[in-house]
Amino acid sequence: MKVAVIKIVTSSIIKHIAQLANLDLSDEELKSMSPQFSSILNLVSKIKKLDTTNVSETSQVTGQENVFREDEVDSKRILTQEEALSNAKNKHNGYFVVDAIFEE
Amino acid sequence: MLADKSISEIARAFRDKEFSSEDLVKECLANIEKYNPQINAFITKIDKDIVLSEARQKDRQGFAGKSLLFGIPYVLKDSYVTRGIMTTAASNVLKNYLPQYDATVYCKLKETGAILLGKMNMDAWGHGGSSENTDFSPVHNPWDLTRVAGGSSGGPAAAIAARMCLFAIGEDTGGSIRNPAAWCNITGLKVSYGRVSRYGCIAYASSFDTVGPMAKSAEDCAIILETIAGHDMYDGTSSKNEVPRYSQKLATPIKNVTVGMPEEFFQKGLDREIKKAIETAVEKLQKLGVKSKVISLPMIEYGIPVYYLIGPSETSSNLARYDGIRYGETRSNFTGETMRRIMIGTYALSAGYYDAYYKKAQKARTLFIREYEKALNECDVILMPVNPTPPTKIGELINDPVQNLLADIYTVSQNPVGVPSLAIPCGFTKSGLPIGMQLVGKMFAEEKLLQVGYAYQQMNSWHNQKPKLTP
Amino acid sequence: MKGILRFGRYQMVLPFAQNDNTIMYINYESIIGLEIHVELKTKSKMFCGCYADWFGKSPNSNTCPVCLGLPGALPVTNKKAVEWCVLLGIALNCEIPEFSKFDRKNYFYPDLAKGYQISQYDKPFAINGSLEINTNQLINQSTNKPINATMKQLNNETMKKKIRIRRVHLEEDTGKLLHDVVGGKRVSLIDFNRSGVPLVEIVTEPDIRSSEEARIFLKKLYQIIRCIGISDADMEKGSLRIEPNISVRETSLRASVKQSLSAQTDIKIATSPSAPRNDTNDLPSYKVEVKNINSFSFTRKAIDFEIARHIDLLNHGETPIQETRGWDEKKGITYSQRSKEEAHDYRYFPEPDIPPIRWAESQISNFKLQIPELPNVKLARFMKDYQLSEYDAIILTDEKETAEYFEKTISLKDTPGVAGVQGFPGGGEIGIIPKTIANWIINKKADINKVSPEKLLKLIADQTQRSIIPDDELEKVIKKILLENPRAMADYKSGKENVLMFLLGQVMRGVKGKSNAEDIKQKLKLLLNLYPDV
Repeated sequence: MKVAVIKIVTSSIIKHIAQLANLDLSDEELKSMSPQFSSILNLVSKIKKLDTTNVSETSQVTGQENVFREDEVDSKRILTQEEALSNAKNKHNGYFVVDAIFEE
Repeated sequence: MLADKSISEIARAFRDKEFSSEDLVKECLANIEKYNPQINAFITKIDKDIVLSEARQKDRQGFAGKSLLFGIPYVLKDSYVTRGIMTTAASNVLKNYLPQYDATVYCKLKETGAILLGKMNMDAWGHGGSSENTDFSPVHNPWDLTRVAGGSSGGPAAAIAARMCLFAIGEDTGGSIRNPAAWCNITGLKVSYGRVSRYGCIAYASSFDTVGPMAKSAEDCAIILETIAGHDMYDGTSSKNEVPRYSQKLATPIKNVTVGMPEEFFQKGLDREIKKAIETAVEKLQKLGVKSKVISLPMIEYGIPVYYLIGPSETSSNLARYDGIRYGETRSNFTGETMRRIMIGTYALSAGYYDAYYKKAQKARTLFIREYEKALNECDVILMPVNPTPPTKIGELINDPVQNLLADIYTVSQNPVGVPSLAIPCGFTKSGLPIGMQLVGKMFAEEKLLQVGYAYQQMNSWHNQKPKLTP
Repeated sequence: MKGILRFGRYQMVLPFAQNDNTIMYINYESIIGLEIHVELKTKSKMFCGCYADWFGKSPNSNTCPVCLGLPGALPVTNKKAVEWCVLLGIALNCEIPEFSKFDRKNYFYPDLAKGYQISQYDKPFAINGSLEINTNQLINQSTNKPINATMKQLNNETMKKKIRIRRVHLEEDTGKLLHDVVGGKRVSLIDFNRSGVPLVEIVTEPDIRSSEEARIFLKKLYQIIRCIGISDADMEKGSLRIEPNISVRETSLRASVKQSLSAQTDIKIATSPSAPRNDTNDLPSYKVEVKNINSFSFTRKAIDFEIARHIDLLNHGETPIQETRGWDEKKGITYSQRSKEEAHDYRYFPEPDIPPIRWAESQISNFKLQIPELPNVKLARFMKDYQLSEYDAIILTDEKETAEYFEKTISLKDTPGVAGVQGFPGGGEIGIIPKTIANWIINKKADINKVSPEKLLKLIADQTQRSIIPDDELEKVIKKILLENPRAMADYKSGKENVLMFLLGQVMRGVKGKSNAEDIKQKLKLLLNLYPDV
């Protein structure tokens, strides 16, 4: 019987993943995340043992195909500008506002 | 207590003017006032005056020709958007969010005349099995206030157990209806994927999420399901299969039903009292003519990995919209548990790990589907435990992320497959904690599950037991 | 830039000599691929019922829970958008795979409401297509520079080149960002009206070798899109956006030519030792993507700018950085945008909210039937049916409207009464041939936006009538001219047929233009043959 080796995920990987996930973690948070992340990863890594040769993937179980809507305007669902902006913290002249993004 | 009655009894009483919707709503409001402070089932309570005037309005309109749910007070897990009513998914990220539209399930219930009392506490975003991962304080189990109510639909389950409402709409991604149902001694149905529209249900893991009823009995669940099920043009994954009149066919005899007991689900890790209770339940079913046989679901050990790879992967994407720009607070408001799930999912989908984790899990999912198909060819219904243990002490699971995951072991494998499962009460531990079992069926076999559940509940009264609460 | 442009290949003459009389050359070749985004002109958006026509609406007044990315909202696919994407795929000679699906492309940007874009990853609606373009009008032989080819330089042997299409897929557009100062603070403003508008993305293989080829390809693609009527492709509104990716490679490192150093400037590029390569096997290790260009001429300029920049870097022994660059249309330069060292990791996975798409064979053949006559098919038909030169046919089929106008006129020309004026009951009777009509349109003798086909026929008939002098009169003039030009007659008899044009010119002058060239030519030939050999 093999002894499971706990793989420790390096903090640089954690940092990279946090960046991809748009989570702004402090160094402290990153540090505490590391062992938890590793132990969960260790738990799910069990899946590597499973033989899935020649098995195709399933990404949904609806059993449906070709589900379409007709090309029609659904005006009753369209929000007014006021409704669209009603939960926004920063707005200006009908726009949502964020700190300047430099592009173009 | 009026709220002890079944929905059909209440509907009859409404019609016969034995008592009014207002009487019932008043009783529920009183229970909320008395017990909610201890239980913390609610995140948002609809204003008393509004609720009462709605009830009076129903009473005035009369009940003839109306749905059985007309004038019945209910609650929604706080994962359903309700126009103008605060909706949080139990997360500070949405702490002041007032949705601009209504979930389909809420629309349907509104149309049918059911009365919404509030939005319920849960594990934030559905991320948890104990309703402790909430930014609104944990839900306490009405049967033992030092214990958790289960999750993620812990608030709805506790509210039904404490008779604060007649039924609830929960949401089940990996056991979130069944687990709290079992721990709070109520009945909960995880429907087949696509049976009920998910439009307006705040997504946890889109390909697992199901919208289902929680109530005291299988009979009540049948009545609710036939109201909320059906195709929705706003949900492309909702099924076009016809919705049976579940409640009309509940009394169908079950004597030729074969129940399969997967041996792997009754082995190490399962609490002995729970095992015993389920075995007793099988004996009772046998008295009704049900045949039982031992079957095998050997892939159970891969249930947790499949669930904890695909679920977080999808959640990492579903929660990407919460950027604090159009609504809500910034992403730093996610709890540690939620951040972990987002991180695991991001990792499983990222370049270099995708094949080994996400893709591998989707392949394993195919194998799970085959395994359930095979098992459900050998029997009509699979019977198994819901939780490995009775409700845990508050703080026990939330502080141990891995244990937290393992608590879902029996309920996580049905969602990747899509099959329906009915959780029903089947006894108590010696210390008086509820025990539940689940009946799993083929895709869209809710009718069969409800019939077995109904038959079982006709010959015992576990589901009628209620916690002794003092204000 | 020191390089000399030729067919998109560049040759640098290095300023040093290897030994006595060998010069080192490095030949450069630009490798260009295009990604083109086209907004479809469906009525509604890709996954919800908001208006697809977002342009000009007040900000955030054309959104719903789906395209604003509200919690719990779900997408449902617009059937027409899918069909149109498939149609475009078919028009671009693509295979239409039986199975397709949508995927989520995950990245964070404030204009992306859901934090992911619904797009297609490994199962797009159309793959492996191609589009043929004419390339030999690209070069001015005397200057060796690419030119804005005038159609007159086309001969009948236009050089065809196939640009392979890697894929055509469907996705949704993002919101729009504006940059402003509010309360003294620099901010970006977001409008989600455009969020969720159907967007087709066309990706070519890196088969394009010059900015001019890119322009010709885009023009042709534009025609096809307009022809099948799926988009206005209005570049001012940004409904057609172009992202070229460019790299430059050396084609032959050490081609040496025996020449003296001083003669280097005389070395003709025509002797370039590198044969054009079409292989894409050894592509450069980098490529630069220029984002969101909204005109064909800017695309050309941006590509040329990049090629020059890359060559300059390569000449200094540097490899250009793989990056995304923006295009500054005022300065006519590209600039580094976010040189994100980390490659994007979009974490694509199958969109769980949308069931996959599977076509039956009959559906695909049905799509094929819906394709209208495409520009190249029309061109071939015009040449064949109307006996037009390729030059004429290209001009007439260049714009859908022109082609329609031409054919409408043709269809009317033999209708009695339409062109029948002053004793000419039908155009046909006075010999209005398609070529005549084509000439009128091509030479813009009448404005087709103002003159109806009927009116055009009348104008042609009028002039034809006016221009004709009686046959015997014409014969008289011809005979006179022939007698005055015995030398030309002799040349003609000895086989120099080109003197015919000289004689034709003389006759035309003789009749003061009151005949047509075709008649004169016929009569000239006839009479020339009547005269005895000299």
